Amino acid sequence: MNHLPQAWGRPRDDIYGAYDHSYLPQTHANTHPTTHTQSPVVTGTSVLGLKFKDGVVLAADNLASYGSLARFTDVKRLKPFNRKAVVGFGGDVSDMQYLDRLLNSLDVQENYSGAATTEEDDGEAPAATADGEGGEDKHKAILDAKNLHTYLSKVLYKRRSDFNPLWNAILVAGLTTPPPPAPSTSTSSPKDTTTSKPTGPAPSRKPIPYLAYADLLGTTYSSPTLATGFGAHLAVPIMRRAVPDEAAAAKLSREEAVEIVKKCMKVLFYRDARSMNEYSLCVIDGKGVDLQENIKLEGESWAFAEGIKGYGTQTV
Amino acid sequence: MAAFTSYVSSAGQPSYSFPQQQSAPSHASRAPIQHSFYPYTDNGGSTLGISGDNFTIIAGDTRSTSGYNINTRYEPKLFRIGGEGSEHKGSKIVLSVVGFAADGHALKERLDTVVKMYRYQHGKEMSVNACAQRLSHILYNKRFFPYYVQAILGGVDEEGRGALYSYDPVGSYEREFCRAAGAGASLIMPFLDNQVNLKNQYEPAAPQGLEKPQLVPQPLQRAATEELVRDAFTSAVERHIEVGDGLQMMIITKDGIEEVFSPLKMD
Repeated sequence: MNHLPQAWGRPRDDIYGAYDHSYLPQTHANTHPTTHTQSPVVTGTSVLGLKFKDGVVLAADNLASYGSLARFTDVKRLKPFNRKAVVGFGGDVSDMQYLDRLLNSLDVQENYSGAATTEEDDGEAPAATADGEGGEDKHKAILDAKNLHTYLSKVLYKRRSDFNPLWNAILVAGLTTPPPPAPSTSTSSPKDTTTSKPTGPAPSRKPIPYLAYADLLGTTYSSPTLATGFGAHLAVPIMRRAVPDEAAAAKLSREEAVEIVKKCMKVLFYRDARSMNEYSLCVIDGKGVDLQENIKLEGESWAFAEGIKGYGTQTV
Repeated sequence: MAAFTSYVSSAGQPSYSFPQQQSAPSHASRAPIQHSFYPYTDNGGSTLGISGDNFTIIAGDTRSTSGYNINTRYEPKLFRIGGEGSEHKGSKIVLSVVGFAADGHALKERLDTVVKMYRYQHGKEMSVNACAQRLSHILYNKRFFPYYVQAILGGVDEEGRGALYSYDPVGSYEREFCRAAGAGASLIMPFLDNQVNLKNQYEPAAPQGLEKPQLVPQPLQRAATEELVRDAFTSAVERHIEVGDGLQMMIITKDGIEEVFSPLKMD
């Protein structure tokens, strides 16, 4: 017995040896508390997404910032998943790398399990035999952009519910097969004031463009134009002017869409202090994924800056 | 690892199987750990439900916001519950959720699973009042980390009358004739009190005074109710920035669910 009351009645180490913590859960054995991300460290800025006639354009610059320091200048933030889906990451870069590993293991898992053949993919079967690489793959039911978005948003929502968030805002872009025609009980009202739903199911089962957002809280939404971070303020108004709704997106050509996104990337470089002039741009359509990772900003000119007056201490 | 071995003294003196108390001052002076992660957000929008004699209407705008940003102009807040498959074929219950959209989705998925499992296990459709009570239990089960949503559940009860239930985030619920929820609730609810429950409306022909009888609410007709819903939303859109873009209505009758979409102002 000694003078420390908290030791009374407990086995002494000099007689019984040190307490064996090994059977305890890691959090108890470790005298340090488990730590969760309370704020992001190395971050990526905006990701832009724009739907067009038969696909989606996705863009993000190649910068990873450490606070206001432009720390890493060749970080690729667009991650292709398969020929139908690409994910663009904003926010914490280490969490992006974790999610990328998670998606890679998911992809491996999906390809090992004998996925059933589907009649949906038969429509594009003739094109499938053309490219040698994915001929066999074409007959398998692969995870499309919508499936992937559901998966990622559930991962993000689970982690926020555990108070251990993955500090990202992501865009999932690609193709999905629309659901079969609406149930018979659900009829549209014949009223003249009503219009059809903007995202009504298409009559054919041909894959359609898909673009959706998910973030660290598990919040999800979908729109023909999307942007994360600063892009939500600067790029979305530019993109929405060209593509106000799904109908406008269905008329937009691939070239027009790429041009609009490039214009937005330029505006973001001018006005977002955490951006850079080298970016990745990805087009996903029926032909597959076309990813360019080292695009330089074209036609950059700071001449407009000379006309700006009236900020700060400037008195002219 | 250092902290692990620190209480095993190197001098071979007796030591203990738990960490010794740290020197008090250094521990007390340390600032408390701040949690800067807040797991909720508000996605704005508004919903509304009115029940009639043989139908229930649930409506919601389709705008999703975060702060002053419009995330998207079409993100439905109305969900079919039960029915067959992911298309909810033959479903006769609608859930509307407004508040934190991610919790709303999680809640909808859980309730949908429960209703589908009920049919699988009992071989019959779940009644609306059973579904309503189950929803309350789901919300209450997460009382200490609530689903941050105001839910409204609508359907047709076993007598064929319109049934409408409204909830708070921790599961308190009530069957009502009308209810507005979400960002525009404070604008819409007084209008509904006046037009559906005829509050502050008196017999015009009766003499002035305390005996002036109040008008008795009559069961609403479907067409009139749809117009009431549209009026409620067009007015809310004028005065609330988080409400707008599109109005989605689901009308539940004994025959199933009818969905109607009409545009709202997009400013």
